Amino acid sequence: MTTTTTTTTTPARRRATPGTGGGARRVAALARAELRLLVRNRTALFNALALPPMTVGLFAALGVVGDGAPAAAGAVLLNLLTFMALAFVVYYNLTVAFVARREELVLKRYLVGECSRAEILVGTAVPAVVVALAQTLLGIVAVSVFLTPPAFVNPLLMVVAVLGGAAMLTALAAATSGLSRTVESAQLTTLPLLVVAIPFAGLFGAPGASSGVLDTIGTFTPLRPITDLMLLGAGGIDGDGQVVTFAETFGAAALPAAVLAAWTVVGVLAARRWMRWEPRR
Amino acid sequence: MTSEPIVHVRGARRRYGTFEAVRGVDLDVHRGELVALLGTNGAGKTSFVELVEGLAPASGGTVRVLGHDPYRERRRVVGSLGIMLQSAGFSGDLTVAETARTWAGTLSRPRPVADVLGAVGLEHRADVRVASLSGGEKRRLDLALATLGDPELLFLDEPTTGLDPESRRATWALVQGMLDAGTTVLLTTHYLEEAEQLADRIAIMQAGRVVRTGSVADVVAAEPARVEAVVRNDGGRAVTPALADLPALAGLVGAPDVDRTGRLRLRTTRLQDDLLTLLQWADARRLRLDDLDARAASLEQAFLALDDTAGTPGAQRTTDTEAAA
Ligand SMILES: Nc1ncnc2c1ncn2[C@@H]1O[C@H](COP(=O)(O)OP(=O)(O)OP(=O)(O)O)[C@@H](O)[C@H]1O
Ligand SMILES: [Mg+2]
Repeated sequence: MTTTTTTTTTPARRRATPGTGGGARRVAALARAELRLLVRNRTALFNALALPPMTVGLFAALGVVGDGAPAAAGAVLLNLLTFMALAFVVYYNLTVAFVARREELVLKRYLVGECSRAEILVGTAVPAVVVALAQTLLGIVAVSVFLTPPAFVNPLLMVVAVLGGAAMLTALAAATSGLSRTVESAQLTTLPLLVVAIPFAGLFGAPGASSGVLDTIGTFTPLRPITDLMLLGAGGIDGDGQVVTFAETFGAAALPAAVLAAWTVVGVLAARRWMRWEPRR
Repeated sequence: MTSEPIVHVRGARRRYGTFEAVRGVDLDVHRGELVALLGTNGAGKTSFVELVEGLAPASGGTVRVLGHDPYRERRRVVGSLGIMLQSAGFSGDLTVAETARTWAGTLSRPRPVADVLGAVGLEHRADVRVASLSGGEKRRLDLALATLGDPELLFLDEPTTGLDPESRRATWALVQGMLDAGTTVLLTTHYLEEAEQLADRIAIMQAGRVVRTGSVADVVAAEPARVEAVVRNDGGRAVTPALADLPALAGLVGAPDVDRTGRLRLRTTRLQDDLLTLLQWADARRLRLDDLDARAASLEQAFLALDDTAGTPGAQRTTDTEAAA
């Protein structure tokens, strides 16, 4: 070994430090594994794929939805589907997944490798986000085929609602996982957000019908901007229940987008504060 | 060979709340060598190794790995490290091959997955779900993942705990192969034989400090040899020599011990000289030394002897330069 130089094993073997370029590759590797786990876990798979459409079907059958124009009903149902996917598949399922991976010491293993913490979180979240996107696409097809199709005034806002909502809820799920000792206790720790925020989320019907102090407060709750942006994007329906033009949707989207961004920042800060990477001892 | 050591630690400390698990450790690991950390349960081996791995910040002192702070500059060193934790988990629903391929996908320079699984003897288990592996097989999968990135510096925290003797030897051969290829290794173990087999140097930890360092031979040499015999007269009856009757022994440690059956026990740092003195003494008095047993210390003895000498000053045979942090 001390003899002649072999170029492959010079004392300081040069190697690329893990850069941002490899980041996508690392996230993809984790995401593939996580997707496999989702497919192999019947309960999680059922929750992810069947629960949101079933919920929407139930509400549609009960006729609770859509007190406005037929086109508004399509937008409202579509939003309900996206919302359920984000709230349950992204927020709830991911909280459970983070707790499970932590307790089985998988997070700790990932941490010793080349992935950054953000990459581990994103890689774990990708399948849930993909499911939420897929549900939205299916919902678009479904309302277009079976109902009066909404006008899809500003699809960009729908993308912001789904991806922004997914980012916010991933961060909040990471934070919530840190407050959950076990997978079972995640059923309780996820309740506050779901129980408190869902009534304010404006799910059942066009907004404006319930204007008042409560509604003003509701505007600033974390799940509300998802609905506001979806209804604006899909139906051109603004916060007062008025139908607006493409150009006007941008102005109307400013407040919900800001609220969404703010809650995402809160989620990231909370995750930094509370997320734990190995079991408490 | 005056280059900076790959691992350079001075006065490292780590606390959990009010409890300090690592209390000022100095350690250098040079390129291509294997240093084994020994110590009883709770001595602080894992807590210390995690500092070097960059998994936790030191609460005092300095830790440098490949010239960087492994915690604050982790991105710069992590691509060169292979880490086998004392306990890390797997997703039980993935197969062995899927687990290894996932890990390979996160590495900047992965070796071929099949080669690495073959090296740890898991190639025939590649399509088995990790949940159905035995404990020892999981441990070998751990080792496969740690070596998958062709690391420059490999950390092995109790790599062979729970392995059968054959797998243990196979692991030693694998580690030896990596050493031969130039890898540097920091290993912890409870198996003294493992340290004797693999280690260029050992460091023994006790209560958060390194209390001995050196080659196995150095550490053992610092430990007194032992002489035992049953003293009998020429009639064959056991006699109990009074301590005053015994010859003066140059390297004697402590007082010799003679029990009622005539068994004499003593410890000496100059085995050859004192053994000769003892034999001549017996010869002159026409005594027989039955069951004569004289032996240099083993690593195990050196290790066990620490319990007795821990608190005493002078037991500290490493340079005790604590960082004034
Ligand atoms: N996360 C933690 N929180 C509190 N105390 C801890 C934690 N981890 C370790 N300790 C304590 O620190 C001490 C050293 O533990 P450590 O795991 O480093 O020992 P070790 O030498 O690796 O032991 P073993 O041989 O059993 O693996 C122990 O007393 C342990 O109880
Ligand atoms: Mg340990």
